[in-house]
Amino acid sequence: MPPFAAVDVRELIRPLGQLLLFSLGSAVVLSALVLVLALILDQTAVGPHVQARYNVSLATYTLANLPQVVIDGLTIGFVYAAIALGYTMVYGVLEFINFAHSEIFAVGAFVGVEILIGLDRSGILRSASLGMAYAYLTLAIVMGMAAAGALAVTVERVAYRPLRGAPRLVPLISAIGVSFLLQDLIRLVEGLTTGQFNRIMPTFGNFDRRLFLGRFALGDANIALGISVKSIIVITAAVLMLVGLNYLVNATRIGKAIRAVAQDRATASLMGINVNRIISLTFLVGGLLGGAAGVLYALKFSRIDPFVGFFPGLKAFTAAVLGGIGNLTGALLGGIVLGMLETFAGSYLGVFTMGAAGSEYKDIFAFSILILVLVFRPQGLMGQQVGQKA
Amino acid sequence: MPDRCRATWFRTLTPGIVPSLLILAHIGLGSALVYVAPRSNLAFLVLISSLFSLYIFKADRRFKLITGAVLALLIIPVIGVRNIFYLEVIFQISVFAALALGLNIVVGFAGLLDLGYVAFYAVGAYLWAFFGSQQYFALAFAPGTQPSNLPFLLPGDAFYLFLALAIIVAALTGILLGLPVLRLRGDYLAIVTLGFGEVIRVLANNLDKPLNLTNGPQGITPIQRPTMPDWAVDGFHTLFGPWIGHKVSPADMYNLLFYLLALLVILVIVLVTRRLDDSKIGRAWTAVREDETAAIAMGIPLVRMKLAAFAVGASFAGIMGVLLAASRTFISPESFSFMQSIGVLAMVILGGSGSIPGVILGAAVVTILNLQVLQGFSLYLSELRQSSVVIPLINFAWKDLSTQLDPAKYQRLLFGLILILMMIFRPSGLIPAKRRRRQLADDDRPAAE
Repeated sequence: MPPFAAVDVRELIRPLGQLLLFSLGSAVVLSALVLVLALILDQTAVGPHVQARYNVSLATYTLANLPQVVIDGLTIGFVYAAIALGYTMVYGVLEFINFAHSEIFAVGAFVGVEILIGLDRSGILRSASLGMAYAYLTLAIVMGMAAAGALAVTVERVAYRPLRGAPRLVPLISAIGVSFLLQDLIRLVEGLTTGQFNRIMPTFGNFDRRLFLGRFALGDANIALGISVKSIIVITAAVLMLVGLNYLVNATRIGKAIRAVAQDRATASLMGINVNRIISLTFLVGGLLGGAAGVLYALKFSRIDPFVGFFPGLKAFTAAVLGGIGNLTGALLGGIVLGMLETFAGSYLGVFTMGAAGSEYKDIFAFSILILVLVFRPQGLMGQQVGQKA
Repeated sequence: MPDRCRATWFRTLTPGIVPSLLILAHIGLGSALVYVAPRSNLAFLVLISSLFSLYIFKADRRFKLITGAVLALLIIPVIGVRNIFYLEVIFQISVFAALALGLNIVVGFAGLLDLGYVAFYAVGAYLWAFFGSQQYFALAFAPGTQPSNLPFLLPGDAFYLFLALAIIVAALTGILLGLPVLRLRGDYLAIVTLGFGEVIRVLANNLDKPLNLTNGPQGITPIQRPTMPDWAVDGFHTLFGPWIGHKVSPADMYNLLFYLLALLVILVIVLVTRRLDDSKIGRAWTAVREDETAAIAMGIPLVRMKLAAFAVGASFAGIMGVLLAASRTFISPESFSFMQSIGVLAMVILGGSGSIPGVILGAAVVTILNLQVLQGFSLYLSELRQSSVVIPLINFAWKDLSTQLDPAKYQRLLFGLILILMMIFRPSGLIPAKRRRRQLADDDRPAAE
């Protein structure tokens, strides 16, 4: 294959179709599920409770919130998918959980946010036109990607490569060490330079605006359907990255080398593939995606701190396992499904249990899924049963 | 092993009495230094390191046992009560040594990486915190609204009963968690146990409604301690009063009691671990650790053996939890974070997983680094901040240093560095386990992928 072969359109359309399918599928399935649950619970003590509080029936309440929940779930789901790809690529190539990936994500977020804060302080952001605002955001994302990618490659070189060939748990423990070290290094750098650990994404451009898509009446309730610009940006950027990565892995020469190394490292090296370079490259690509996801996460949630990576990282790992670790399409599916499940649980658990258990259990919801998947279907939703490499 | 060489060298060159004299000299020097300079960290380190010289020098077994007992049961209590800060550090070391020894059974012997070990610690702590406080009568009240005159559910002496009960409860928790997940491969197991640790912490944080079981993020206080009879306080004072130099208070005696209990737990763990290590179960654990497939082929009941390791490890954490709840009289979910689990793991890895003296050394080193070195560094920095010293060349005034920079809070950096450096340069730890040492001796090639 020549280096600049004609663009393989099929490889661009296929992932788009998959993303659409996964998003619609999980949205429909979960919506149906909560609606059925709501109709059942309406007959129990929960119904009057909701009626007294919000003056609507539980089913109406559920339905009214549904569009917003689906959009939120998709947004966070795409962020998880982008992080999960970093885990899954490294796992595919090295059979190793890159525990420090969550901190690589956090570093990306910090670099992006610090750049924007710097621009904001010099007054550039406030006077920027809409087009320039988008350009600055792109700059922040690109810089976040670059920093995270460089860091990922460095970490691999320093902390993982010397341990290649050691028993499985050895590099994992080293990765946990890197994760802890990086958390405190971020804290140290932030503490020395800015004196504070919590950074807030500056508000600029039109990112906080909500676009109204329509309005419809449902019984007594009048529901406004809308989506914030932020969410659109997050979803678009994530989709672009996911499609790009899919193209890189499935339709280029480099991607072929990555797949070859994942399949059989020894044979790949006999075929003239520089295995170390491909592994570095895998970390680079994972880091780039993680860094971009970090900036997008900061855009969506505004507030970041040095430990910001921990929960998204664990959830993205859960997503990767849910989809079938080592499988790129699986990571997309896992991310979307997990984001949706979590948002649905966070939004409806409180109402359905009359406030006994609310969104504070959102975080352990992901772990329960992880345990269930690992126990009942360890190969994940899309993975194949693979034996342990001896 | 330079230490071992030195020990053998001493033994061959100067047989008999000299190593014993050296140990006694070290202990004597340490005690004297701590006695004259009660605020010196260095003196304290000399005393604590005498335990290490007790370990490395080859002397008569009975002599070692008696000297160790005198050091742990006489010298350290007197010096500790004289300066309560030392007792606190020693108590922390013994708590973490016990935890690390418990985790060592899971990680070092059975080779199961448990990243949520403090969950079992939390189970024990909340067990006694619930039954040993007023929480039972506060069930119906939201945190902060309960009346202050609630009675206690159980008398303080039920603490001893709960030490035993915690073994059972924590072991059951371990089995309950282990049953579904122990079929998983090592790295998945690590993440699931990490998730479990977080689940326990989130539950502790949020189970203040609908029933107020844990009092949420505010934590439970006051938690009862066992009764301390007056004669014990007076007796200790009449015996050691002259050396201590101040009136012995019941609070001092409580610290002493919990230190002794922690010591007892360590002793039990060491005995159990050593007996297990030489038993069928211990060999099965080694087999599972070295090669699961081969272990199954040899007819080892894999899941049952892993469950046993999990349960034994968990039960020790459970006891220490009860001990912690009583000694602190206050617990909150914060004490059981992921960082604590990794801290205990760092102790095991630093000392040498599978090696009892190694793990104790690891616990001591990490705790001292954490409590004395990092905090000492913090104090030094805050002194520098108040001074008008300027770093030459870059012209940086220390008083401009951000107050957020507090080395005492950089434990993650410490744990992270320990884990990375040990994995790269000395994966078998400072004092490698004996069995591993033997294995390394006859084949030095790295394990197959």
